[in-house]
Amino acid sequence: MLAQQLVNGVLLGATYALFALGFTLMFGVLRVINLVYGFYFTAGAFLALWLTEAGISLALALPLAAIGAGAIAVVVDGLLLTRLRRAKADELSSLMVTLGAVLALYAGMTAWLGPDIRRLPPGLVGAGALDLLGVRVTVAQVLILAASGVLVGGLLWLVRGTRLGLAIRAMAEKPDAAALMGIDTARLAALVSFVSGALAGAGGVLIGLNFNAIHPYMGEAMMLRGFVVVIVGGLGDIVGALLAGLLLGIVEVLTAGYLASGLKEAVGFAILVLVLWTRPAGLFGRAGVARA
Amino acid sequence: MPAWLEDLYWTYQNVVTALGVNGLLALSMYVVLAAGQLSLGQAAFMGLGAYSSALMTLWFGWPFWLVLPAACAAPVAFALAVGGPTLRLSGVYLAIATIGLGEVLRAVYLNVDALGGALGLSGIPEQASPLLIFSVLGVALAVLWLVGRSGAGRAMEALREDATAAQSMGIDVRRVRLVVLVASAVLAGLAGALSAHATDFIGPNDFGFEPAVTILSFALLGGIGSPFAPVLGAWVLTLLPELLRGFADLRLVLDGVVIVLAVLFLPRGLLSWRMPRRAA
Amino acid sequence: MTLLATRGLTRRYAGLVAVDGVDLAVPDGGVHAVIGPNGAGKTTLFNLLSGLVAPSAGGIRFGGADITLLPADRRARLGIARTFQNIRVFGAMTLLENVLTGLHPLLTSSVVGIVARLPRFRREEANAVVRARGALALVGLVDREGERAAALSYGDQRRLEIARAVAGSPRLLLLDEPAAGMNPAETAALGTLIRRIVASGTTVLLVEHDMRFVMDLSDSVTVLNFGRCIFAGPPALARADPAVIEAYLGAKVAARLAAG
Repeated sequence: MLAQQLVNGVLLGATYALFALGFTLMFGVLRVINLVYGFYFTAGAFLALWLTEAGISLALALPLAAIGAGAIAVVVDGLLLTRLRRAKADELSSLMVTLGAVLALYAGMTAWLGPDIRRLPPGLVGAGALDLLGVRVTVAQVLILAASGVLVGGLLWLVRGTRLGLAIRAMAEKPDAAALMGIDTARLAALVSFVSGALAGAGGVLIGLNFNAIHPYMGEAMMLRGFVVVIVGGLGDIVGALLAGLLLGIVEVLTAGYLASGLKEAVGFAILVLVLWTRPAGLFGRAGVARA
Repeated sequence: MPAWLEDLYWTYQNVVTALGVNGLLALSMYVVLAAGQLSLGQAAFMGLGAYSSALMTLWFGWPFWLVLPAACAAPVAFALAVGGPTLRLSGVYLAIATIGLGEVLRAVYLNVDALGGALGLSGIPEQASPLLIFSVLGVALAVLWLVGRSGAGRAMEALREDATAAQSMGIDVRRVRLVVLVASAVLAGLAGALSAHATDFIGPNDFGFEPAVTILSFALLGGIGSPFAPVLGAWVLTLLPELLRGFADLRLVLDGVVIVLAVLFLPRGLLSWRMPRRAA
Repeated sequence: MTLLATRGLTRRYAGLVAVDGVDLAVPDGGVHAVIGPNGAGKTTLFNLLSGLVAPSAGGIRFGGADITLLPADRRARLGIARTFQNIRVFGAMTLLENVLTGLHPLLTSSVVGIVARLPRFRREEANAVVRARGALALVGLVDREGERAAALSYGDQRRLEIARAVAGSPRLLLLDEPAAGMNPAETAALGTLIRRIVASGTTVLLVEHDMRFVMDLSDSVTVLNFGRCIFAGPPALARADPAVIEAYLGAKVAARLAAG
């Protein structure tokens, strides 16, 4: 029973980590608190919904939805944040402007599509499940874990192992110096927006699949988890976000299982406050600039 | 009274109540912004004030003159709990922590049956007349005006302009930030208690993410040069959806767009006049 | 009598020691300068003294009391005031309001006193305004007291910052590169102003690059290089000290000069 809970927790945590990665990337690299991020999560889920309803397979719909969410992110972030980045505005300005924008976007989407919860078409993944050592893992969950792993691995490779990643890290540390070195900061910012949005979108599809629920405000519920993961892991710390995401997933599942389901979110917040009180730089204390 | 007149009075009273309550919420946002902090906990504090005051009336039957100040206890306690650790950190952490607080409390209200769950609490007796609400608003404005025109007001503005320089002048930055957060909690708690006892129903969705952001839009639209500015912003954003009837659904969209436009193009707000900071 | 003394004051950042075991002694009264080549650690030292940065090691005593762990606002209340290298006036506030913030520790009314406009509040505000005007008069800005600080020229903002710092009659005034960006006439006026400040009972510790200004004005100098103190004593001796020459001009030139 405990083992089952732990496995569920790890799977949930993997999706939280995935969600938080793009958010922490934007902060680490662009020094921006981008709350519209939750909307890209929703956008990815809805794109996948429409694609699969049109008959496209999940294997294709997932990457397409992620790319779509990334593209939307480039446009929206560009509109909102370019001015602020050029004026070297502080983080609170980006927080406020993205806060307003995300409210408008959620409300607009609700007005357009209605607040009802939608479900992905049935039968997208095999209904089977594996039984490993007494623990039951559905095919869907394996898929989610695999996809998360691929995406996280891909991100780490990008940031650590490529020249592009080097440019990103340079821009994160010293934007002015990076610009002087010939790095096109505007294009790089757009790229970071794209990667970030695509990660959010992919997360939306996977969570939508996991809980079989898609609705306009789903990104908002995730944002609280995102905050917890990002702060506990250290703002801008990729590996920290990963570990913190897994931790949160496990703690939430255990709380729901052994205490009360309604206390899930409260637990996350309690962890957040505790960490803020004791180790505000994050549990792993490496909060700095886009550490990978 | 003929039915249509009763309807008109009933509708009119709702808007008037909203103007008063939103004015108080705008002031609650004003005090933190004027000291350079971005706290988004006003809706959460309001919810604490609303729920605790409703319970005091419904369960304990306390008289309203006792309930109103007592309703500030829970918001202040939470402000101290959340504010304490986040004061040392950059403003971003306070903003995030307070958004999180609101969401978690909403989850609590939804899931605890004794608080009415998704249906909220109803049948709260009407104890808060528009006159009372506007009196409280008037007192709050007067207090903030008087404090603003003193060394305390200068300290707040100095802190907002340049916290490092302010500290070098002997201003206890942490203390000012904490006091300001507590003041914000008191104002929002009062707004919550008054609102709960003016409309006879409160529910979990009244105090979450959307109201928190709406309250921010009051201050961003109106400005923070004086206490009157954010109240003006609140009144504009309260009346506008009423006047443009068809836009009721898009009220939230409007609030969000207002914030975006204000941050990008109108950073000083509608009423950019800056109050003097010396005692007359 | 020593007003300010540090022992082994050190500040390390990852990979860099900005201030390295500095023993500084500032006597009560007069003007004392901290000089050194760029990057020698002068501004970090100031930040350590004023309390904006915590030391990695070592201690600071002010007027005989240990202030090492005190935050900046407590030190201000004890009588340590400062100006900043990149001027930090409160732009949206008027000149008078700026200087009034420098008198913050003198205002002791509670919120009740403030709201009810009790006699103590009125009295303290009135006294503060008088003192603030006095400080503005000292720097020659009193007839512009109602203007916004952001509208001032660079030189005037510097003078405003000084007025704000001296309004509360501090025991020690830390001036961080006060002559930066000034022409000779302005620099001379600054020298006169500093002497007036000293005459009114404030000890001045300043960081500066302008050598002639420092030599003319100071009673003693401390020379830093790479975060370490390499000389402490009268300005005339500093000029001839081989370690100082080497720090500023490099070993080759120093050797050549020594060889005659």
